[in-house]
Order: sequence, then C-alpha cells, then structure tokens
Amino acid sequence: MHQTLAEKILQTHCREQITGPGQIVKCNISLALANDITAPLAIKSLKAMEVDAVFDPSRVALVCDHFTPNKDIASAEQVKLVREFARAQGIVHYYEGGEVGVEHALLPELGIVGPGDIVVGADSHTCTYGGLGAFATGLGSTDVAAAMALGETWFKVPETIRVEISGHMDPYVTGKDLILNLIGRIGVSGALYKALEFGGPVIRDMDVEARMTMANMAIEAGGKVGLFPVDETTLVYARDHGRSGDVLLAPDPDASYARVMHMDVTGMEPQIACPHLPDNVKPVSQVKDVRVDQVVLGSCTNGRISDLRRAAKLIKGKKVAKGVRFVVLPATPGIYKQALKEGLIETFMDAGAIVGPPTCGPCLGGHMGILAGGEKCLATTNRNFRGRMGSLDAEVYLAGPDVAAATAVAGEIVHPETI
Amino acid sequence: MHFSGQVHKVGDHIDTDAIIPARFLVTSDVRELGASCMEGLAPGWVDRVKEGDILVAGKNFGCGSSREHAPLAILGAGMPVVVAHSFARIFYRNGFNMGLLLLEVGDQIEGINDGDELDIQVEEGVITNVTQKTTIRFQPIPAFMQELLQGGGLIEYVKRQKSA
Repeated sequence: MHQTLAEKILQTHCREQITGPGQIVKCNISLALANDITAPLAIKSLKAMEVDAVFDPSRVALVCDHFTPNKDIASAEQVKLVREFARAQGIVHYYEGGEVGVEHALLPELGIVGPGDIVVGADSHTCTYGGLGAFATGLGSTDVAAAMALGETWFKVPETIRVEISGHMDPYVTGKDLILNLIGRIGVSGALYKALEFGGPVIRDMDVEARMTMANMAIEAGGKVGLFPVDETTLVYARDHGRSGDVLLAPDPDASYARVMHMDVTGMEPQIACPHLPDNVKPVSQVKDVRVDQVVLGSCTNGRISDLRRAAKLIKGKKVAKGVRFVVLPATPGIYKQALKEGLIETFMDAGAIVGPPTCGPCLGGHMGILAGGEKCLATTNRNFRGRMGSLDAEVYLAGPDVAAATAVAGEIVHPETI
Repeated sequence: MHFSGQVHKVGDHIDTDAIIPARFLVTSDVRELGASCMEGLAPGWVDRVKEGDILVAGKNFGCGSSREHAPLAILGAGMPVVVAHSFARIFYRNGFNMGLLLLEVGDQIEGINDGDELDIQVEEGVITNVTQKTTIRFQPIPAFMQELLQGGGLIEYVKRQKSA
C-alpha cells in the first residue's frame, strides 16, 4: 500500500490498517497541548469527564502564552487555574513567566515535539510542527481534554494535496512568501479537511524554521496538517534540540493524492496578504501607497531567530519612520537571549523599535499592540481577519520579516530592496 | 431531533474572531459568551436573536482559531443548530463535541434568506423552508459523529472509555 506522509505517520500510531482517506481511526498521541485561553475549558471538560489524572503528566504541555504577562484580572485568574491544575497533576511541561515562549516556537526549541509525532493542541496553529514531520493539528479544548485523559484521539484520514516547489528563491523571498502565495492560489478553504504535503528541490534546501513557518499557515487554507518529510536537515535539528531516536520519513513514491500542484518560485516577489483574509494575496509591487501605523514582528509564524536576523540586517543603521510603532516580540526566551548575544535587540532598539517579551498578545488582538479605528498594521503573524488585532475598522496586512523591517522604516508597505 | 426557528444569515468565511473576538475569551461561561456572539461581525448582532433561532452561513464557517468558545457562544446565544455551505474542520469537531448540530448543505444555502422560518427534521435529513415553501436535503451526519451525539457527546464518551 502506497502511503502519503499523513497516512504513514497515522499508521505508526494506530493499530488498525489504514486503507485510505475518509477512514476514521483511533491513534495514540505523543503530546496534548493547551494554552492559557484554551486550557481552562479543557480543565473544565476533564472535570466533567470525571477524570482524576491525565494519561501521562510528561506528555501534556500547558503554555500560558496568549494573555501573558497577564493583561487583566480575568486573564490572571485563568492562568491561576492552569497553574494550580499543572501543580496538582504534576505536569512536566508547564510554562509561564520567564520560562514562557510562544508555544509553537517553544516546544520545538525544547525538543518536546518532533519527527513522526502525533500532537494535538487546543490551538489552531499546532500544525506548525508539520515542519518537523509531525502530524500535528489543532482541536478544541474538549477534544484535547479527551486526549489528555485517554492518550488517544480519533482522526478522519485526510486526503492529501501534494505541493511540489521548484525554482530559485530571490534573496528577499522567504518561506512565508511561499505559503502566502500558495494560500492566495488555493484560497482559505482550498485545503479544507485535507493534508498539505510539501516536496521538491526548494523544500530540500530549506531550513527547519522556514518549514515551520509554512506548516504554521496550513490552517489558513483550511488544512488539517502541513507536512514536510523528515530528512537529514530535520534530524540534525531534532538532535540539536535534545531529541534522540528520530528517523527519516518520506511519502511512498506512488502515494495517491487528491491533487498535485507545482509551484515555480523563480522570479517570485515578496507576498502580502491584504485585508481581510489570508488568501487576499498580492505581490508587494502591487500594494501601493499603504501607510501603516504599526508593524509587528513576531508570533508562531515569524518570531524565530532566523526571522529576527533577517529583519535586523535590513533595519541596521536605519530608523523606524516617525509615528510608526514597530513592535518586535522574540518568540521564546531562548530566541530573545540569542538575539541579545548577536546584538539584534540593540539594532532594533537603536532603530526605535519596541522590543517586548515573548507573547502571542498582538497577533490575536489580546494585548501589547491593539489597533485603533482606521489604523493599518503590517504583521508577520498568520491572520488578518477583520477586527483580529483590535478595532473592526482597522486593517491588517500579512508579510514576512524582510517586508516588515522595510515597512517599519519606510512607514508604508514597500519591497525590502527599496530601503 | 427536530428544530424550528427564524434564520439569521451570515456570509462566507465567517471566522472565529467574528464569532467571538479574543477580548471576550477571559471566561468560559456559556451565557456570557453568548451575549457577545458575532460581536466581531457587527456589534449588537446578537440582540435580535431569540431562543431556538437558526444560524445560516456560507462557505467555511468557523475558520480560524481552535477556540471552543465559538460554538459555545452560538449555543449561549440560543441557537442550537447551524446550517452552512461548509464548515471549517476544527469548528466542525468542536460543534459536535459541544452539542451544537452542524448541517452541511452546499450550494442549496443560496435558497435560504435572512428572516425565513426553517423546520429541520434531522433523522429524515430534510430542512423545510416554511417561508419559501421549499425543501432542502442535507448530507447525512457521519456515523462516528452520530455515535458521539447519541452517546451524549465527547464528555460522556470519555467517561465510558475510562470506566471500561
């Protein structure tokens, strides 16, 4: 039987034979995850399920990254509830305060997720770990509570869209631009209920951070997972982050796909998702005269060290445009420290950026960068739904780190080569 | 199962931020969430909803976040069923887990207007549009989801598994 990547990973966690898409299978899970917004509901569900103990306290992760540092009394109460639950259950991977990072950057960095794993998270961007070759997907709090209780969950085996990427990437084009371009082509429901499987020469040469950025946004096309093969690059990353025993993983050559797409990236420009959906994508040269009030560099999509390096390289010696707030949020304490060591934080601050702690805050309109009515923001985050970052009358544009740095300097959305 | 009520129709790609914006996610109380339902679409939207009314939506309803607060907000607003062209994946699972019935009808959604009275016979797979005097057939609910619903939802399912 010729299997896709999704089918192969599900099969290794499932007793019954996987025969193809549509089948409903029960799989054991490697990790169940929730955050400060979704864990309180999961804890409530666990109580209703009359579950006294999670299936394995070392395979549950609770990361308080959304409203932290707590923005108000209600969010502090939520974190308190999660903290007390973690303590009572002996949860090994509980993070808050100075240890906390944006969950989908933090868990790979700590080697808690990796190749071949099945990860279910009460956060839609759990699909990020597909960059490491993990079948990782977002579920609701009660589904994740069930996984925390039983150590297993059910999946409908998804159909797969295979995306073959070839050609030569221009210097200012990143993984973010490739995924935005793809979402622009297939639409926000283009991969609904399906797996996206990436391959081709461009992918082979791509580092794991760029792969995670791409997998992160599979959900923005409606996808269940965004999967990359496990190659030598992945194994080196996994070893460097403290994991052992991971092995190579590739789809079978004659696997059956719902659709095969070919993307040639030669000559592609940096891409911008315009308001108010991630599929409203245009090359940067077609986005003219958009003055911005705020630029956000960070999030589980583009808050990693490679993103900060690219943005810092562009902004070094320049100044953020007058009247523009450039919010830079390193995604984890580890990334923050590395950026300090390399002088990136100083570069950002010299330019006039606001450097804040690791948090999901502005991405979801939680705090630390909310937009007023009529304001425009260019962000490296993953969603530009109307009202997502604050006022219903604000606009959010999505782009990669290079465009973010250039836009902060120019005060309007520009191609990075123009600054 | 049988439902009847007045339609509140929304468009395509209604995301979870529209259903319940992040600023309201500091509670898990269903009634509180219900009072803010669709606040991200239009402030005050929920004020005209009566208990038992039916939400009708276009493509990819519930796209975006995994937040279970979204189906809870719809239930909290008094709407027990959503009829849509199609649903986003996580929202679809969450709906059934929370006891919110979701029916996919594809392009037939065009025939339902805001304010219409619907009568839904779930077992028969038929929606009667009382206002327009038309009927719509919907795709049967997948067997596994039916099993979940009939067994009292995911919470009851886990209770049974734990005691087995």
